[in-house]
Amino acid sequence: MSEKRRLIFFFAGAIGVAAIYVMGIRNLPPWGVYRGPYGDVIAGLAVYERHATDVVNAITYDYRGFDTLGEEFILFSAVTGVMLLLRPEKEQEKNKAGRKEKKQQRKKKQEMQNPASFRDRATLSETVQVFTTGVFAFTLLFGIYIGTHGQLTPGGGFQGGVIIAAAPMLLYVAENTEAFERILSHPLMEFIEAFGAAAYALIGLAALAFSAPFLTNIIPLGQTGNVFSSGTIALISACVGIEVSAAFMLTIFEYLREILSRRKNRED
Amino acid sequence: MMILGTGLLALIGITALVIVRTDDVTNQLLALSFYGLLFALMFFIFQAPDVALSQITVGAIALPLMIMLAITRMKHKEALRGEKEKRHE
Repeated sequence: MSEKRRLIFFFAGAIGVAAIYVMGIRNLPPWGVYRGPYGDVIAGLAVYERHATDVVNAITYDYRGFDTLGEEFILFSAVTGVMLLLRPEKEQEKNKAGRKEKKQQRKKKQEMQNPASFRDRATLSETVQVFTTGVFAFTLLFGIYIGTHGQLTPGGGFQGGVIIAAAPMLLYVAENTEAFERILSHPLMEFIEAFGAAAYALIGLAALAFSAPFLTNIIPLGQTGNVFSSGTIALISACVGIEVSAAFMLTIFEYLREILSRRKNRED
Repeated sequence: MMILGTGLLALIGITALVIVRTDDVTNQLLALSFYGLLFALMFFIFQAPDVALSQITVGAIALPLMIMLAITRMKHKEALRGEKEKRHE
C-alpha cells in the first residue's frame, strides 16, 4: 500500500474515532457528580450492616465476594502458568550435574578475561546495601499493616500482599542473594500460596454448614473500628494477602532461578 | 481540584506518549513506573484511595518489576547463547 493511501486510511479512521470520542465526552456527568443509586445505598448501609469502615473492601470481600474469589483464582492459575513455562529445562539440569566442574573452570577463565560478560560487575555501594537491608523489615511490617487493616482504612489483602512480596526484592538489590534465595525457594512457598487460595473458598463453604448461602458473613461482626471486626471481611482479606504475597514471590523466583543458580556456580 | 485533575490527566497523556517514543528498554521501564505513579495520584485526586493503593503496588512496583525480570532473563539467555557460539569457534 502506498504512503498516500495509508495516510487517507489514517485520517478517515482518526476522524471516526474523534467523532465517537466527542459524542462520549458530551454525555459525561460534570466533575464530582455521581449518578448511580448503588454507591449511595451501599455507602449508607455498609458500616451498619458489616461494621467495616472501608466500604470498598466491604464490597470486594463481602457483597461481591464471589467475584473476588474468581479473581483470586485468575491470579492463582496465572502463576501456575508462569511456573510451568519457566520451569528449568532438562538439558540445563544435565549440564549442571555432568559437566559442572569442567564448565566451571572454563567459565572462570572466561570471566577473568571478560568481567562484564553477563552482568555489570560494578561493586554496590555500602550505603545502598545497608539501607535496603534495613528497610526490608519495615517493608514487611508495612505490608502486614496494610493487609490486616483493610476493613478499616484503604488497603487490604491484595495491596498488602504485593508489598510483602516486594520486601525480598530489596535483599536482591542489596546483593544478599543467599537470604533472598533462602526465602523465595522455600518449599513451603507453594503450599502457602495454595493455602491462601483454598482458605478463601473454605471460608465461603463454612457458611453452608450454618445453612446460610455461600460466602455469607457468619463470624460475629465485633465493634466497628476495631482490627478484629467485620467478620469474614478481615479474614478473607488476610487469606488473599497470604495468597498474593506467595504468588508474587514464586513468580519472581521463577524468573530469577536460572540467574541465581549461575551466580552460585560461579561462586563455588 | 478540577484544574489539578485536568492537569494531571494531560500529564498522563504526555507521559504515555513519552513511553511510546522512548527507544531504550530500560528508560522505557522507568518511564512506565513513573506513569503508574501518576495514575495512582490521579486515582487519589478522584477520591479512590483504595484503587490508588492497588495502582501503586501493581502499576508502579509489580508491573515494572515483572518486565525488568523478563528483560534480565532475555539478556541472560542471549549471553549464554553468545558464550556457546564462542566455544564452537
